[in-house]
Amino acid sequence: MAKVYETVIGLEVHVELATKTKIFCACSTEFGGSPNSHTCPVCTGMPGSLPVLNKKVLEYAIAVGLATNCDITRYSKFDRKNYFYPDNPQNYQISQLYLPICRDGFVEIETENTSKKIRIHEIHMEEDAGKLIHDEWENCSLVDYNRSGVPLIEIVSEPDMSSAEEVITYLEKLRLIIQYLGASDCKLQEGSMRADVNLSVREVGAKEFGTRTEMKNLNSFKAIARAIEAERARQIELLEEGKEVIQETRRWDDNKEYSYAMRSKEDAMDYRYFPEPDLVPMMISEELLNDIKANQPELRTEKQKRYKEEFDIPEYDIDILTSSKHLADLFEETVAICKAPKKVSNWLMVETLRLMKEEEMEAEDLKFSAENLAKLISLTDEKAINSTVAKEVFQELFHHNIDPVVYVDEKGLRTVNDEGELRRVIEQIVNDNPKSVEDYLGGKEKAIGFLVGQTMKQMKGKANPDLINQFLKEELLKKA
Amino acid sequence: MSILNLSALALSEKIKAGEIKVTEVARLVLDQIKETEESIHSFVSLVDEDAVMKQAALLQEGIDKGELTSPLAGVPMAIKDNMCTNGIKTTCSSKILENFVPTYSSHAVEELEKAGALLIGKTNMDEFAMGSTTETSAFGITKNPVNIEHVPGGSSGGSAASVAAKQCYFSLGSDTGGSIRLPASYCGIVGMKPTYGTVSRYGLIAYGSSLDQIGPMAKTVADCATVLEVISTYDEKDSTSMKRSDTDFTAALVRDVKGMKIGIPRDYFTEGLQVEVKEAVLKAAEVFRSMGAIVEEFDLSLVEYAIPAYYTIASAEASSNLERFDGIKYGYRTKEYEGLHAMYKKTRSEGFGAEVKRRIMLGSFVLSSGYYDAYYLKALRTKALIKKAFDHAFASYDMILGPVAPTTAPKLGMSLSDPMKMYLGDIYTISANLAGLPAISVPCGFDQAGLPIGLQLTGDCFMEKKIIQAAFSYEQEMIQKEVE
Repeated sequence: MAKVYETVIGLEVHVELATKTKIFCACSTEFGGSPNSHTCPVCTGMPGSLPVLNKKVLEYAIAVGLATNCDITRYSKFDRKNYFYPDNPQNYQISQLYLPICRDGFVEIETENTSKKIRIHEIHMEEDAGKLIHDEWENCSLVDYNRSGVPLIEIVSEPDMSSAEEVITYLEKLRLIIQYLGASDCKLQEGSMRADVNLSVREVGAKEFGTRTEMKNLNSFKAIARAIEAERARQIELLEEGKEVIQETRRWDDNKEYSYAMRSKEDAMDYRYFPEPDLVPMMISEELLNDIKANQPELRTEKQKRYKEEFDIPEYDIDILTSSKHLADLFEETVAICKAPKKVSNWLMVETLRLMKEEEMEAEDLKFSAENLAKLISLTDEKAINSTVAKEVFQELFHHNIDPVVYVDEKGLRTVNDEGELRRVIEQIVNDNPKSVEDYLGGKEKAIGFLVGQTMKQMKGKANPDLINQFLKEELLKKA
Repeated sequence: MSILNLSALALSEKIKAGEIKVTEVARLVLDQIKETEESIHSFVSLVDEDAVMKQAALLQEGIDKGELTSPLAGVPMAIKDNMCTNGIKTTCSSKILENFVPTYSSHAVEELEKAGALLIGKTNMDEFAMGSTTETSAFGITKNPVNIEHVPGGSSGGSAASVAAKQCYFSLGSDTGGSIRLPASYCGIVGMKPTYGTVSRYGLIAYGSSLDQIGPMAKTVADCATVLEVISTYDEKDSTSMKRSDTDFTAALVRDVKGMKIGIPRDYFTEGLQVEVKEAVLKAAEVFRSMGAIVEEFDLSLVEYAIPAYYTIASAEASSNLERFDGIKYGYRTKEYEGLHAMYKKTRSEGFGAEVKRRIMLGSFVLSSGYYDAYYLKALRTKALIKKAFDHAFASYDMILGPVAPTTAPKLGMSLSDPMKMYLGDIYTISANLAGLPAISVPCGFDQAGLPIGLQLTGDCFMEKKIIQAAFSYEQEMIQKEVE
């Protein structure tokens, strides 16, 4: 009889915090910038330089800890993790091992009508490394320290997940919480959220965990799901063949849908952790904790409740709109300008989601502004453009964040409200299409559609469809 | 010659009175260096002569205009070569930093420059401050100006020698386990290590971060107090820098020890202590008694644990602090190599000297998984116990009096062959670093060979003023006795 296996998964999630400056110096954390333009003696590890903690990092880490039900470590310290690599200018990373800032939390996830607690072992603060760039042309490696010292938190879960679905749900939940806190934008593609997957398999009912592997280089939810499936299958295959799973770190190649071993436990590095003597211990006062609690921004459930009270929109819409902090912000900002929640919601729920799907985009990547969406809505309210034109304008808005008013005027898309011209065109159309007129008058009401289309075509799409209908009927009645 | 013999404060008065120009002082100092440097070798690098003269003229202008009012304005100084100086090579006396020119200055140097002190050069030291003789420097040894067959002590040997050889009026040293006090004692000058956190470490190339402190070295207690007052400002760039409102150290230059309670640890007077040193120190204690202080013997305890705890902690921190010297970003890189790891290995093998490598290995070992608890953690606990022993002592005494070192300056070449013996030489100085305490070394006589002996006064945390007052009183008493 075939053995039945279960998968045991724990995650290590790195999140880049949205501070303006780095964790231990005043350099900018802005993405891009020419190599080494956002650096100073501290983040390039120059001799004699010293780290000074950016207090905002501590506050964000505590905020995330509170939102994930963690205990906050009231006496917390930084430690040094020693390893040699050129992207790490001091050859040690300032991190937390012994007294991480948050411990023993959980996140509740909903899957298939049940909910499950994923326990969080700890959350610690640390600094990011620089970036090595290999110059094939010159055959040398160059290092850019712009990312060196960008603040990270690492959220370490307990091995409480058992499927790719649970992992993705957990990550989405975590991302939402962190985005709502404003602690990070959590973009997987850009690396501001990264997940390492610790996975093992065991026979159902077994008490002991199997040997686990750690999978790195997972840049999207899809890659994570594929990597989990592949690793699960690989480990089961090994066991079925009577072989052993080796404890090792593996790197996922999403193009080849294959992972390869980076290093085994035997060559695991001894990081020689010890307390960072250049930073004083952090005593988290009651005041600071209360302050952070008091300033904790509105999280999703609170927002959902408020939307229900404030706006007359369906619960389904509320669910989708609050599924992303950015989408919710966009919604609220647009409503604040145009005061038409239902219309704003419709634009976001229908056209926006459709185009996002088409472009495989995340809500965080939306480029258009609330101001411009509000302008588009008021153009339609004023019947300055018809709905077909509006959709066309929205496409441009979606891709290029154009100013709809300027765009409509430049392209001459405003609805022609010159009734005289419209009547002349309709008269012409009715005269030119006796067959359709006959059909309509004979009872085929649908025949009017053709005539509307012809009219709109003649008007180059800029006519008010209500007026066309009204005038057409009047004209047709004349023929009856 | 008489101008060179003056203390920094006495010189300052002459400059302020217009009796001598800063440019004239600079000329004298530069000539003195020319005359003595070949035999003493206090400096790793000297500021270019023209630059010194130009700066001296600028400082004189500032003084004349009344813009520079600090007592250090126009006074020539030397800085230990482990403190960064913007645009001036800073090597830590190591091959691995032989061409390193920082783009920033350490906080202490900046404060001194603001006060108008005149930088003459960067002083020689034990490589990365690891050593007690200044013989581990990659750029040649420094000799004791009192007797050039002897070491000046270390690691701030160049800083001590430059003051003793009258090549400058004061210098900065750094003290991780006695590196200011020991050379001060060997060279017959005054050296002071303040309470940990008093002087910003920003720009000081770290050896043992939790122990390192910058401090002044000069001819007199008053000069030391003046320099310390200038450099002990709060610095937000160093998380361990402390905001203190009691850094007016010159206010403690008062000749009065009446009623002061001074403890002498019996545990300090054991075997290994040179008889002449013992006698000189006990004689100094008598002087204090005669001035009205209450001097008592007591048991400090745990003295023998200070050295192993110190070498474990300092080496552990050093092994990590020195990782950044890897040939990637600055400093020395080996000429030929294949691949990254070979580059690291060769660069560091060629760039570091034997003593530095020894401590990196020792430090890496005590931090390794499986050994951390047995060594590093135990050392930290010992450190905490030593601090407690001092807390206990300071409940009864205002300060502790003892020798700086078990012996006077050894002969050149005698120490490095027996590192254990060299490490034991730090026995009286190390505990002040482990406990973060302020301590001062003041000359208290000579041995039969004419080598200086140093007296150490150690105070409780933030009690610099007490030890300054006591040291000043002793110094003045001895001057008066000499006159009489």
